[in-house]
Amino acid sequence: MGFLQRLWDRLPRPLVVFFAVIGPGFITAMVDNDAGGIYTYSEAGARFGYTLLWTLPPIALLLVITQEMNARMGAVTGKGLSDLIREEFGLRKTFLVMALLVLANLTNVMANFAGVASALELFHVSRHLSVPLAAVAVWFLVVKGTYQSVEKIFLGACVTYIAYIVAAVLISPDWEASALASVRPVLLWDSAYLVLLVGLIGTSVAPWMQFYLQAAVVEKGITAKEYIESRIEVVVGCVVMVVVAFFIIVACAAAIWSRGPRSISSAAEAANALRPFGEYAYLLFSAGLLNASLFAASILPLSTAYSVCEGLGFEAGVNKRFREAPIFYWLYTLLIVVGAGVVLLPGFPLVKMILFSQVVNGLLLPLVLIFMIKLVNNRNLMHEWVNPRFYNWVAWGAVVILIGLTVMLLGMSVKDVSFVPFAVSEPRVGGGSVL
Amino acid sequence: MADSLLFLTELMGMRVYDLKGRRIGRVRDAGVVPRVHPSRVDRFLVGGEWNWWTIRHDQVASISIDGIYLRDEQVTPYHDDENMLRIVRDLLDQQIIDVHGRKVVRVTDLTFALSRVNDHDALFVSEVDVGLRSMFRRLTQGILPPRLIRRLMMRITPNSIRWEFANMIEPDPQRRLRLNISHKGLEEMHPADLADIVEELSHEDREAIFEAIDSEVAAETLSEVEDPKMQAAILESLDADRAAEIVEEMEADEAADVLGEMEDAASEAILEEMDAEEKEEVEELLEFDEDSAGGLMNTHFFALSEGATVADAVRMVREHADYVDSLTTVFLTDQGGRLTGALPVGRLLLVEPTTVLKTLVWDEEVISAPVTERGDRVTELVHKYNLMALPVVDESGHLVGAVTADDVIAVLRED
Repeated sequence: MGFLQRLWDRLPRPLVVFFAVIGPGFITAMVDNDAGGIYTYSEAGARFGYTLLWTLPPIALLLVITQEMNARMGAVTGKGLSDLIREEFGLRKTFLVMALLVLANLTNVMANFAGVASALELFHVSRHLSVPLAAVAVWFLVVKGTYQSVEKIFLGACVTYIAYIVAAVLISPDWEASALASVRPVLLWDSAYLVLLVGLIGTSVAPWMQFYLQAAVVEKGITAKEYIESRIEVVVGCVVMVVVAFFIIVACAAAIWSRGPRSISSAAEAANALRPFGEYAYLLFSAGLLNASLFAASILPLSTAYSVCEGLGFEAGVNKRFREAPIFYWLYTLLIVVGAGVVLLPGFPLVKMILFSQVVNGLLLPLVLIFMIKLVNNRNLMHEWVNPRFYNWVAWGAVVILIGLTVMLLGMSVKDVSFVPFAVSEPRVGGGSVL
Repeated sequence: MADSLLFLTELMGMRVYDLKGRRIGRVRDAGVVPRVHPSRVDRFLVGGEWNWWTIRHDQVASISIDGIYLRDEQVTPYHDDENMLRIVRDLLDQQIIDVHGRKVVRVTDLTFALSRVNDHDALFVSEVDVGLRSMFRRLTQGILPPRLIRRLMMRITPNSIRWEFANMIEPDPQRRLRLNISHKGLEEMHPADLADIVEELSHEDREAIFEAIDSEVAAETLSEVEDPKMQAAILESLDADRAAEIVEEMEADEAADVLGEMEDAASEAILEEMDAEEKEEVEELLEFDEDSAGGLMNTHFFALSEGATVADAVRMVREHADYVDSLTTVFLTDQGGRLTGALPVGRLLLVEPTTVLKTLVWDEEVISAPVTERGDRVTELVHKYNLMALPVVDESGHLVGAVTADDVIAVLRED
């Protein structure tokens, strides 16, 4: 403590400010690269090489815009997103949004416990051991209030994302091609391509992030004054997140696509494909997957329970006793139990569930964004902090594009289920296959 | 009257009929004018075909689940009235404080008592509804027939707060006055409970409460707020003179902690506004590192000269009765003000008033800490020697303050 304190005091001032604010925006961005994200990026690289890289800069922009609005709302109003939706739009709309949020996040939780399972199966740990252990650990971490300290460990472990950069470098991909592909939009009229494009956006800009980030900003007590630093952090977080995505795509493009494009059935398979390029690349990739899955599995159920209880007016908080906040604890526990439980069910249509979650996410996101834009432009709430006009144009543009993409995704998934990003080949025998 | 209660969900959208039984519109909102009557629905705001009408309570003949019938059709177009609390706009879905249950709740519905006054029906707000039963009403309102909703909801346990215990939070002080919102209920709560509530609110609402409540209560509540950053933010959000009023009421060591957490300009502005005596005391403490004996100590303590008697001590305590609640130890000093002994106050009860205090000091050596002693070492001393108060001395041994056990607990809680 003493040593850290002294070290802290010696850091240059801007750095201190940055680390003091580090948290909400950065954490959200890091959790965003969860099991589902890693899989989608891997698939994009394995199947279409560098050609989907161009989506990353617009995704970064979309992320920055939405996240910044949330951080601003949290700082200015001191209220969470679900609180604001409830206060301004009434109970029914809140109820609808919360129901969709629970559905979407439940499947997200499933995906991440599946991520834990497949990451640890790479190290020959049975999922019947790893998943229940992870579930119990996550539950206790949060309920017993030790999460705060563990969060720093998770955050530190995000360094494993460097693994993807290292892995990519080890494979020596075609840097020129990847740089070019990052700025040159390519639209293939191939349904698998389009679906993956939608999937990339869907996995990067997820509704839970909006609720989580704003709540975290409020929880941290960031005020309108300190908000400038918070904004920097949001931008840095989004950029780092997209950079990680870039390297995952590039690594998989070089390791898999360049030897023959194919679809992969799990993030674990992507890790396996890196094996020829060095044991470390493989280990790092798997460790990164495990950390991402655990991190997301810890945050998602809690964030969901908080958002729902606050929006609907139930008592919430891990500092309350079970009797005081029964709905909060039940919801939290159920999300973990169901989310982890289905991974162990043989024959549970997990892939279909995750596909379903993409659809729910797709329905929810434009809805949440519309509420957000309306709220952030409400002068009674935001005073002088409302959106500038230009900002609104971009935000509404994003909503229109997202709705368009959602409709497209829905249309395609109705037409042919196998087009959808997560509807991949049949699970391989031997496990490690679900994601 | 068969139905003696009515829910806001039932009132919303309820049809309003004139004397000839023609429908003139639907209820859109209901207004209470607290300065006239604390709970009676004074006006019904009715949405007609083109605009809204205001209907006074005395223009109503009867109210039931089937509709409102008027006895006077002279309705006036709706104008906003600043003295009126509009229930749907201002209360529904907002957070209020349940003073009785000591928590923040969100209003899901309201229950009105329906009773006959001077030969016509009137509504009185009786309860604020939270929880599942009211949520069920909200979600099914307009979808199922009202009577069926009433029957079905009986299966769900109700959760309501009496109107008297519902404390609204209104950031605008003028509106607070016009709506007659008092914070008496909040002031009567235990400051620690109030602090828990305050921590859950948005900063605007927090500010509203600290602006309005009695400054002594505000000071105690602020001390109970756990996060030092939040404490500082609360003070920073207030006017400097209001903040100074609160800080003056705080224990000097806690005041110094909060001010130390603030930016220099802001804390200086507050110090400027403070009384000279309190200001000096706090400024002295601000000199010390927060995590040192000096930063933790309080400068209020009871010290007597070695020759003093129990009677002297009792007299002194009576003269400073304000501090008696936190009195655990009496300190003894020599002529130069140097610390020579510490005396648990309970021992004074054992002996005659004429006993000299010095004879009650049994320990050879008095445990004390220099002002620069590190915080963890202070904790250790208090724990090791089971002290209720640890005296703090300057370089030449002068008694300058004392760290009390509750200060130590606060430090331990923070780590």
